[in-house]
Amino acid sequence: MPLDTAVGAPQDQPDLGAPNRSLRRFLLTNEFGLIALIVVFSVIFATLSPAFISRFSLFAMGRTMAVDIVVGFSMMVVIATGGLNLSVGATAVCAVMFGGWLIEGVGLALPVAMLGVLALGAGLGWLNGFAIVKTGIHSFVITLATMSIFFGVMIFLTRAEAFRDLPPAVAAFGKMKIGGYLSPLLIVTVMVALALSYLYRYTGMGRRMLAAGAAPAAAELSGIRVNNTFIACHVLSGVLAAVAGLMLTSRTGAAIPSMAGHLGQDWLLPAFLAPVLGGTLLSGGRVAVAGTFLGGALVTILSSGLLLMQVGEFWVKAVLGLLLLLAVFADKARRVYLAKRKMA
Amino acid sequence: MTRATLFKQDWTGLLAVVLVAGGVIAILKPAFLSSYNLQILLATVAINAMIAFSQAIIIAIGQMNLSIGAIGGLAAVSFAGAMEVWGLPVPLAILLGLAIGLGAGLANGWLVAVSGISAFIITLASLYVFTGITMGITEAQPFYKIPESVKAFGNATLVGPVPMIAIPTILVIFAMGALLTRMRIGRHILAVGGNAHAAELGGVSVNTAVIWAHAISGVLAAIAGMVIVARLQIGQPTIGSDWLITSFAAPVIGGALLQGGHISVIGTLLGVVIIAIITQALVLFGVDPFAMQIVLGALILAAVAIDRTRSVRAERNRTKIA
Repeated sequence: MPLDTAVGAPQDQPDLGAPNRSLRRFLLTNEFGLIALIVVFSVIFATLSPAFISRFSLFAMGRTMAVDIVVGFSMMVVIATGGLNLSVGATAVCAVMFGGWLIEGVGLALPVAMLGVLALGAGLGWLNGFAIVKTGIHSFVITLATMSIFFGVMIFLTRAEAFRDLPPAVAAFGKMKIGGYLSPLLIVTVMVALALSYLYRYTGMGRRMLAAGAAPAAAELSGIRVNNTFIACHVLSGVLAAVAGLMLTSRTGAAIPSMAGHLGQDWLLPAFLAPVLGGTLLSGGRVAVAGTFLGGALVTILSSGLLLMQVGEFWVKAVLGLLLLLAVFADKARRVYLAKRKMA
Repeated sequence: MTRATLFKQDWTGLLAVVLVAGGVIAILKPAFLSSYNLQILLATVAINAMIAFSQAIIIAIGQMNLSIGAIGGLAAVSFAGAMEVWGLPVPLAILLGLAIGLGAGLANGWLVAVSGISAFIITLASLYVFTGITMGITEAQPFYKIPESVKAFGNATLVGPVPMIAIPTILVIFAMGALLTRMRIGRHILAVGGNAHAAELGGVSVNTAVIWAHAISGVLAAIAGMVIVARLQIGQPTIGSDWLITSFAAPVIGGALLQGGHISVIGTLLGVVIIAIITQALVLFGVDPFAMQIVLGALILAAVAIDRTRSVRAERNRTKIA
């Protein structure tokens, strides 16, 4: 059974009596579709270009997807509230630049600085969440404004200069290869995914996050403090953005203001692609941790493969945009199909 | 109080802000009123107004369009590229740019209408498709060979400090005004933005209105992109990459309700003017250019706070009438 979680959805109870039906249900899930696509594309790319499965290529892909998946998680946790967070990239850059300053400017040790990075991510996420629930303005507008403000403050304070003299351990972690091809960054991502699955499956907090996202009014009536829960979702989003920022810093070996593009805009596509491909409902109330993981993996495999096929970097972007369109249409078609079957 | 006077008050307030801010800056820094400075200010306003209208028409229908910058960029490089690579005469190249804007807008609108998926996701996806095409065909290199007539248009002034590039903007302002007050499709767009379900019951085709709104948005974005080519004198593939924030800030400052159903053409224009004046004041007073981003973000927050109180007030008025 996939690791996705939905409040009160029927797939929460495995249908042991009818293995055929549960198999068919699994075949209809996003997760199965994504696994199939990953296998198909991997086989195609590996056949066309054996370099695709070289040790270096596997290592590089693992490193890339590790970051993109966490970026996707950072968006997923707020999509669960029925909102979104345009400031994930800006939050991440702010957080790691703060870390760079803690190390180079203040002279703190790396672990302390990393805690500082996570704390700033949490703080910025809290600001987003607080502004959204206090004003009642849609998260799109609030985070559009804060993405500009966070990024602006960061650029203003750092004078757009990178922190390049980080402890060698940072870059070493990014370059480390386990068994010659596995990046430890991917292990970090798997741990984050497991922690999130645990949160949504087994903790009251995770359950409350989904319930509040699915039906805020009903959740409020049943005693959930919806506003606090939504703020918690944004704090979690900020922390995950900071984690992704740390991972990217370790990959590049420096804290660079432009690492997520102007205003952190470059992270928006991966941030939405992974959860939407993975089957997270945009209206809130449902997350798909495994789906987001697989979605992020598919995006990396597709873009790495296309780049290897000598498809220009810019065309890859266009393909990923089309993929997002296809994914939402497939999702729509699947929901229509399921609704029809329920009616029958 | 009738609705008409309420709306009028909306933008008279903005006009007062513009006059007071302009007056204060002019007294403190007389250079603000120099002809050169006014010319730059008006050119900025002319371009940003077009960008703001491109977003405003989508806000009117209660949606958002993340891809206007991508459409503007694609139209801009197609316009410049068609003249440089194919040697197309200027009028034909303009038509090509407009057609691309129209096509991209129609594609957005059609996808939103048939799928029923939020315009946010559709235009996020198309943003990357359009930017990908722009970057793919240019390989991120600008087109430098822009015909002299286009360059002259970008530099010339009409009367006094009013730049020639204000002409398309002035025409668009009148067209937008006519569209929203006199034309059926404009009324339909506002009706759908106000309450899509009620509009449908009242015989309005929601899908047609959505497709029209996106088509208009695409064309306006394309015009803005081509005007920027004239202004910059090159076909930069990065045109449009920084439109997003301004495009939302100006209509919201101008009194557009984000849930749709109401936008103000004059208000949006004044919103653009306010942003331009503040930005220029920051430059005149020697404020760090890096701080600009913070001010823009703060402006949006201030604007939505006003928007919020305004919609609360509108709600109260509606219940009073009922």
